[in-house]
Amino acid sequence: MDFAFPPHAEAFRTEVREFLAANITPETLDVSDGTIHDWDLHQKMAAKGWLSGAVPEELIPPDLGGGDRDLLEMAVLIEELQLAGAPADGLGVAVCVASMVLELGNDFLKETVAGPLLRGEVLASFGYSEPESGSDVAAAQTKAARDGDHWVINGQKMWTTLAHEAAFVILLTRTNAEVPKHKGLTMFLVPLDAPGIEIQPVWTMGTERSNATFYDDVRIGDEWRIGEVDGGWAVMKAALKYERGIAGGQFPSAPLLDAAITYCRTTTDADGRLLIDDPTVREQLVRARIDIEVCRGFAYKTAWMAAQGDFFGVEGSMTKLFASESYKQHAHWILDLMGPEGLLQHGADAAPLGGSIEEHWRHAPVTTIYGGTSQITRNLVAEQHLGLPRARR
Amino acid sequence: MQLALTPDERAVQDVFVAFFTNESPPEIVRAAEPLGFDAELWAKLAATGAPSMALPESVGGGGADLAALAVVVEEAGRTLAPVPLIEHAIALRLAHAADLDATTLAAIASSNRIAAIALRPAVGGTAGLVPAGAVADVILVLDGTDLVLAEVPAPAHAPANTAAAPLADRPLGGAKVLATGAKAARLIARARAEWFALTATEAAAMGRQVLQLGVDYVMERTQFGVPVGSFQAVQHGLADASVRIEGATLLAQRAVWALDADRPEANELAAMAHLFCCDAAQQAAAASMQFHGGYGYAEEYDVQLYYRRVKGRMLLPGSPGSQYQALADDLLGPVSGGAS
Ligand SMILES: Cc1cc2nc3c(=O)[nH]c(=O)nc-3n(C[C@H](O)[C@H](O)[C@H](O)COP(=O)(O)OP(=O)(O)OC[C@H]3O[C@@H](n4cnc5c(N)ncnc54)[C@H](O)[C@@H]3O)c2cc1C
Repeated sequence: MDFAFPPHAEAFRTEVREFLAANITPETLDVSDGTIHDWDLHQKMAAKGWLSGAVPEELIPPDLGGGDRDLLEMAVLIEELQLAGAPADGLGVAVCVASMVLELGNDFLKETVAGPLLRGEVLASFGYSEPESGSDVAAAQTKAARDGDHWVINGQKMWTTLAHEAAFVILLTRTNAEVPKHKGLTMFLVPLDAPGIEIQPVWTMGTERSNATFYDDVRIGDEWRIGEVDGGWAVMKAALKYERGIAGGQFPSAPLLDAAITYCRTTTDADGRLLIDDPTVREQLVRARIDIEVCRGFAYKTAWMAAQGDFFGVEGSMTKLFASESYKQHAHWILDLMGPEGLLQHGADAAPLGGSIEEHWRHAPVTTIYGGTSQITRNLVAEQHLGLPRARR
Repeated sequence: MQLALTPDERAVQDVFVAFFTNESPPEIVRAAEPLGFDAELWAKLAATGAPSMALPESVGGGGADLAALAVVVEEAGRTLAPVPLIEHAIALRLAHAADLDATTLAAIASSNRIAAIALRPAVGGTAGLVPAGAVADVILVLDGTDLVLAEVPAPAHAPANTAAAPLADRPLGGAKVLATGAKAARLIARARAEWFALTATEAAAMGRQVLQLGVDYVMERTQFGVPVGSFQAVQHGLADASVRIEGATLLAQRAVWALDADRPEANELAAMAHLFCCDAAQQAAAASMQFHGGYGYAEEYDVQLYYRRVKGRMLLPGSPGSQYQALADDLLGPVSGGAS
C-alpha cells in the first residue's frame, strides 16, 4: 500500500496552501452573518479553475475551461480547505449541483446552470427537506404539475440553506402520488428569482443561517427538469454521490484542535500551570489528534476509490459518521477545559481566540444531523456493510 | 497512492488465510491456554518462513517488508493463533539493525528458537512481563542506556494472566550489549514502533473477527419471533463498532506503510494506531459479547477468547494513560513546567 499522494497532487497541495495563506483573512473566517460562504474567496478559486478542476473534460461546456485536475488533486483541495477552516459550503453545493447537471442535465441546464456555477458567478442550494420529511426524504410532498410544456410547482421546503445567496435550487418534487413514494418524484433546477418563490430565514443555534422556501404557483419550462419524469430518485442518488465526494465533512476537528492547542499553550490554570502541561488536557488533545488521523485514513481511502473510478457509498457514510460524532465529542472536551472563559462568545472582548472554539462547539451538533443523521447513517452501515436485515422500525 | 493489497500480498494472504484457518482453529487456541503458546503450531509456522520473512535475505530472511508481514499478522490475529509471531519478527529485525553478527542472527532465525523484545526498559537487571517472555530464548531489552541481548532458556510457563499471553519476567544475567546511548534509544524506539504497528494490525483483525461472530450470531438467534439482528438498537451498536474497526484498519495500514517508507511521522502513527486499534477492538469485543446475550459470556463461546486477548494487546506496553502521555511528548513537546 501507499498512502502518499502522487507528486503532482502534493505540488498542487503546496499551491493551495500558498493560496489559502494569502487569501484567508480574519474577515474570510468571520461567518457571524450565518452564511458559510465567502464570495471573494469563492471567485478567486473559480478563477483558478479549481471549481471545474475535476469535472471530466468531455462534460465541460466549451467556453468554461477546467477539467485539468484529477480527483486526487481535488481531494487535496478539499482537505486543505477544511484544515484551514475555510467557509466552503457554497463551493461544496455549487460543485455538487454542477456535477449533477453535467452528468444528467440537458444542454440548456449545462449552459445556464453548470457554467455559471463552475465559473463562480452564482451559487445553488439543495431543496430536498420539507417541514414533514427529512430523513424520509422520498416522502417529499412539494407538488409539480404538468401544464403543457411547463410545470407548476406548489409547496414548501425546509432547510434550504444558502437559498438567500443562491441563483438556483435543486428541487425534489412529487409528480405522481399514485405510485410508491420513490417512484413518483421528479427533480428540477428552479431559478430562485422565479415569481411565486418566497425565502424566509431560519436561524439556528450555530453560526449557520438556513431558510424555509415557499413555492406558490411557480411556473417553469420543462427545460428546467433534470432526469426523467418520475425518475427523481435516480437523480437524488447521483446527488448523494457528489455530495459525499465534495462536501467534505472529513476534517471538521482539525481547525478546532489547532485552536485548542494555541489556547492551551498560552493559558494557565488557577495554579499558574500552562494548560498544555496538564496530563488530562494532554491526553484529550492526543485523542482528538488520533481521531483526526482516523478521519484522514477514511478521507484518503474514499479519495483513492473515487480516483480508481469506484463508487464509494458506505465508505463515505462511515467517514461522515465518524468525523461528525468525534467532532461533537472533541468540541465538548475542548470547551470544557476552558472553564467559564469558554462561554464567552465572538464579540466579547475577553473571548479566547475571538470565540472560535465556542463557535465550533455550537456548530458541531448540526454535523450529526444534516446530510443524513447519525441514526440514518448507522442504518446504512448495518444494512450495506454488515448485511443485516432492514431494521424493525 | 495505492490502497489495495498488491498481487504479491494477495498471494501471501491466500496462503495464510488457509494456513491459520486450518492450523489454528478455536480448539487449538483453547488447548494452548493458559500459556498461550503452541510449540507445534510455531514449528509449522516457522516452516513457512513467516517468522523471519521480514529479515533481509542476506541473513537468512525472506526479504519482505512490514506490509507483507502485516498480511500474515492479520490472519494470525483473526484466528488468535497462539504463536509469538510479532515479538519474534520484530526482535529479529532489531537484532539485525543493531548489527548482531550474522552467524548468531541466522542461528536464531533459522531454527525454531524464539526471540522477543521487551517493550519497557529493564529495572534492576530484570525485564518485567516481557511479551512472549515465557517462551523466548533470546530477549532484547533496553537496560539503562544500553540495548542488550540476553540469551537464557525460556521459563516455559507464564504467570496466570487474563490475556492468556506467554509473558514473563526475565532476568538479564550475562547479557550482551548491542548498542549504547542515542543509537540504542533510536533502535529500541523504532522496534517499539514496529511492534505497535503490527500489534495494531493484529488487534484490528481480532476486532473485525469478533464483530463478525456477533453479526453471524444476531442473524441466527431469534427472539420475539425475529432475528435479534433486526432490532435497531443491536444494529446501531454493531454499526458503530464496525466503523471504528474500519477506521482502525486504515490507521494500522498507514502506520505500517509509514514505517516501511521511513516517513518522519512513522513512530507517532504507530503509537496512535496501537491505541486506536486496541480501543476499537475492545469496543467490538464488548459489542459482540453484549449482543450474544448470556451465551457470549459462556466459556464455551469464542467471544470471551477475543475479549481477554484484546485487553492484553492494549496493556502490554503500559497503561493507555502512560501511552497517551508518551505520545503527547512527541506531538506536543515535553511538559515545559513553565507559565506564560
Ligand atoms: C442547519 C441545517 C442545514 C440544512 N441544510 C439543508 C439543505 O441545504 N438542504 C436540505 O434539503 N436539507 C437541509 N437540512 C435538513 C437535514 O438534511 C435534515 O434535518 C435531516 O435529514 C434530518 O431530517 P429531519 O430534520 O426532518 O429529522 P427527522 O427525519 O424528523 O428525524 C428526527 C430524529 O429521528 C431519527 N430518525 C428518523 N428516521 C429514523 C430511522 N429510520 N431510524 C432511526 N432513527 C430515525 C433521526 O435520526 C432524528 O434523530 C439542513 C438541516 C439543518 C439543521
